[in-house]
This record gives sequence, structure tokens and C-alpha cells, in this order.
Amino acid sequence: MTLSVAGQSVAEKKRRKYYLIPTYIAVIAYVIFLGFPFLWMLSTSFKSPYELLQLHQSFIPKGFYWQNYIDILRKRGLINSAKNSFIIASCTTILTTILAVPAGYAIARLKKIFSGAATAWILVSQVFPVSLVVIPLFMAVKRVGLLDSIWGLVLVYLVASLPFALWMLKGYVAAIPVEMEEAGAIDGASSFEILKNIVFPLLLPGVVATALFTFLNSWNEFFYALVLIQSPEHETLPLLLARFMGSEGQVLLGPLAAGAFVATIPSLVVFGFLQRKLASGILAGAIKG
Amino acid sequence: MTTLLDRKSTKQKHKTKMYNRGAWKYAIPAFLPLFVLSVVPLSQAIWTAFTDEAAGFNVKVKFIGFDNFRRLLTDSMFWASFKIGIIWAVSVTLLSLFLGFGLALLLNQKLRFLGLMRVLSLVPWAMPPVIVAIMWNLLLRPTSGPIEGIFAFFHIPGGKTDWLGEFNTAFPTVILIGAWVAMPIITVSILAAIQGIPTDMIEATVLDGANAWQRFRYITVPTVREITAALVALNIIWQFSSFGLVYVLTAGGPGGKTFVPALFAYNEAFKYGHFGYAASMGVVMAMSIGLMLAVYLKASKREKAQR
Repeated sequence: MTLSVAGQSVAEKKRRKYYLIPTYIAVIAYVIFLGFPFLWMLSTSFKSPYELLQLHQSFIPKGFYWQNYIDILRKRGLINSAKNSFIIASCTTILTTILAVPAGYAIARLKKIFSGAATAWILVSQVFPVSLVVIPLFMAVKRVGLLDSIWGLVLVYLVASLPFALWMLKGYVAAIPVEMEEAGAIDGASSFEILKNIVFPLLLPGVVATALFTFLNSWNEFFYALVLIQSPEHETLPLLLARFMGSEGQVLLGPLAAGAFVATIPSLVVFGFLQRKLASGILAGAIKG
Repeated sequence: MTTLLDRKSTKQKHKTKMYNRGAWKYAIPAFLPLFVLSVVPLSQAIWTAFTDEAAGFNVKVKFIGFDNFRRLLTDSMFWASFKIGIIWAVSVTLLSLFLGFGLALLLNQKLRFLGLMRVLSLVPWAMPPVIVAIMWNLLLRPTSGPIEGIFAFFHIPGGKTDWLGEFNTAFPTVILIGAWVAMPIITVSILAAIQGIPTDMIEATVLDGANAWQRFRYITVPTVREITAALVALNIIWQFSSFGLVYVLTAGGPGGKTFVPALFAYNEAFKYGHFGYAASMGVVMAMSIGLMLAVYLKASKREKAQR
């Protein structure tokens, strides 16, 4: 909306200055709303048990109480469960993307009975509460011998994330002008070449958004993991944290906050890498003629 | 402006062209696992709704027709919970859409602290729901939380409110936290759609003398319309059938004020072991959501046709 364009009028630039004040007020409000809860948790992770018992806690902790981190890392399993979570989330994301990009394209471009049925099914599968599907799903995973295995969880997460990925990608494909594909077809490109060379590059921001969603959802998922994973060595991070939270019925705020912070890091790093792709105007200059 | 709009309408008509007739093949690999691990378990879940299946060994499961549904019709507790579920789903969706759209627009501008904002906009999403619940509990603690401190600092009364524990505040507070969690998906999706707008298109309209509002109205809004419609539909479904956040935040309390129907069904199944009855609740929820969606999709299709 505010790309700097050579033809921008002076009046427009002047008006833009007035917009900046409310814009930055909004920015500050968003930063506080989104970031403060996280920072408070970070601050909690450095507070000693004694400090956490006091009334009116300060935002800045009275010294860095690293014991919380040592505590949570020593509780064997945090590193291992983080590894499990990472493998599961990465595999789910890769598989989902490979399967969903072509399928999403197909659904978007075939506006016939097939695509109507596909869309209807995507919606139907989302409508049923997870708590009801989980019993028959448990049986199905058990039958193929993947109970209590991270690969069983990858399979379940793949199925759980596919409908949304398809739905998302379908929307992004629909936003790409068909003329560009037609131009490719006139030039003699096959339908696969069109998908690979024309649609996919334009779709990239949408694919990145979809992949991000899939990764984070699998990283954070709790309920399926709770039902399908039994042994501690296959535990995912949310399972471990939940167990830690419930241990002895006492919430150990400091170590828990430390663990939660550690659990949040990979997601933030992944996003840090990918956000550039989102930001760069991939479509800029795409329409030539 | 008109050329842009014309192009859009021809685009719609050209959708089924010869060259992408073979596109259906691309859908097969995705639909295979979906069928095996989604269609099959779902069918079984629906079948359960017509049986008296309950927890316990050596109990023979009987087919009992519509008995569960007949009983459900007169279950006033369930319908009270159902109403809460509708309010919850709609409020969280609208609030997060409003907040997420605003954030996406800000993130698309050339501003300072953008990198920080982009990362922050994902924070709620990057966190396991268990942690979100703990974090907000810490924040909202009536005696020592920072919210209480801010209220006291500005001399605003009501700082000592037990936000998640009182009748009047519990539900709105949970909705706000729900929107906080739901926001990133909406922000990222809408931002990606906005960034998909070709730069030439914006340049062309600027040269035509379109102001910021016109550009927003005639380029941004039409571009994000499809994705927004999808986001609204999906969010309503997700929120209506979700209970994780509510479960960890309030467990349905105080006094059932936040007792969403998914939680109701979950309790029925896993607390009391009435699988058949719980499954019938799931079927009723799914059918009502399906009905709401059909109306919604029809309305958005009609709106599309009018444009």
C-alpha cells in the first residue's frame, strides 16, 4: 500500500506524515499486546522460587536465577523431547508441502464436481471434534503398528494438517492470474512444467505461510501426542512440559517458564529464517506482458 | 481501475481451460492418506453415535438407532453449552480477524521495528497451548500479576479482579486470549495475500491518481476477500470444536460460564465413559457447523456473483 513509487504526489507524502502518528501508536499497542506476555514469561524464568512467592513482582528479575534452566535441562528428556518434536514437525511440514501444493492447485483450477466434493470433504473433516475422532484413529494407528512411534505421529499430523494446507493453497492459487498459465500453455509447456515453473514461484509466499503453519502446529500439538505416545523417550516437548507442570500437583513456575522459553525458541528461529521470503515481493515483475 | 476489474472477471471465466484438465492427478497423493486416516475413523465415530458404547470391558455394544439423539434434544445442559460455543467461536473469530487484519496492514508498510513486529506477530502461535495458559495465568493473577500492577499505577479501580475466576469477566477474558492465539494465522495468511499483489498493479493505480483509501478499497480488499472468507469459515469451525485453551484456562468454570460444547463432549466420553452419547454430541455439533457453513458459503458465493 505504501510502496514508494516515483509518481507519488507531494500531497500524498504530506498526508502520509499525519498517518504515521496513529500508525506508530498502533504499532506500539501491537508490540505490547503480542510481546509482553512472552517477556513476562521470560522474566519469570529468571526469578528464584523465593521471588516468585512475593506480591507485586517487578518486571526485571532481581538477578538471574539460572538454576531454573539447569533444573529443566537436567530433568532428563528436555533435549531428547525437543529433538523428537523437531523431527516430527520437520517431516510433517515437508510431507504436507509436497502433497498439498499439487493437490491445492488441482482443487483451485478444477471448478467441477471433483473440486466441490474435495472442498466439502476438507470442511467436513475439520468439523468433527478431535476428541471424538481420536478413539478410532488410535485403533487405526495401532493396526499399522505405529503406536508409540514418532512416525505414527508424523502420519497423524500429516492427515491433520493436510485439509488446512489444501484450503489455504487453493486460495493462493486462485489469486494467481490464469493468463500467465495460458501464456505458458501457448508456449508449449506441459501441465507439470506450468505448475513447476509458473505457478510454484508465484505461490511461494503462500507455500511458506502454509509450511510455517504446519510446522508450528505440529510443534505445539498436544492432544494426539498424549493419546498416541506412551514411552518417555518418544515424548514431544508439550507432553514433557505438561508432565512437568502436573508433577506432584505443584506448578513449578520458574523451571516451567524456562522450559516454555526453550520450547518457543525453534519456532522463532524458523520464522526468522522464513520471514525474508515472505517479505520479499516475489510477485514483483512477475507479470510481463 | 476499470481495466483491472475487467481483467478479474475474465479471469474467473477462463478457469477451466483445456491445458489443466489433467490437474486432478495432482490431488491423488494427498487424498490417499486423508481417506485412510480421516474418512475411515470419522465413519467409525459417526457409527458410534448410534450405539450405546460405553467404557468398560465385556460390554456388548448395541445399535440403538436415534436414542442418543432423542436424549440429547432434551439435554438442557448441552444446549446451554452449545450456545456458549457459538458465542465463543464467533467472538474469537471476529476479534482475531479484526486484530490480525490490522496487523497485516501494518506489517506491509515501510515502518521502523518491522523485523521485531514480524517475529512478535508469531509469538502466540509459536507457543504450546499449555504454556499460553500458564503465561496468561501469570499475567492475570489478581494479587501479584503485572496487570494488577498497571491498574494500581494508573489508579484504575478493578485491578484486583480475578479475571478468569469471576462470572462476568471469565468469558470475555478467555475470548481475548483465544483471539490472541488465533491472530497469527490470520495475520500471516492475509499478509501473504497482500504481498501477492503485483507491484505494477499498485504503480498503475498510483499513476491513475488513486489515493491510499481507494487502493485499499479496490486492490487490497478484493485480493484478500477469498482468503478472508476461508479464514472466517475455518476459524469458526476450529474454535467451535476446540476446547484445549478453555480446558487449561478455566476448565469450563466459573459456574459453567465457559463450558464450551467440545469440552462437554470430551467430559462425557473420557470422564464418564459414555462414548456413544458423546459421539452423538459430536455429530450434532458437526451438523450444526455444517449448516452454518453452508449458509455462509452460499452468502459469500452470492456476494461474489454480484460483483
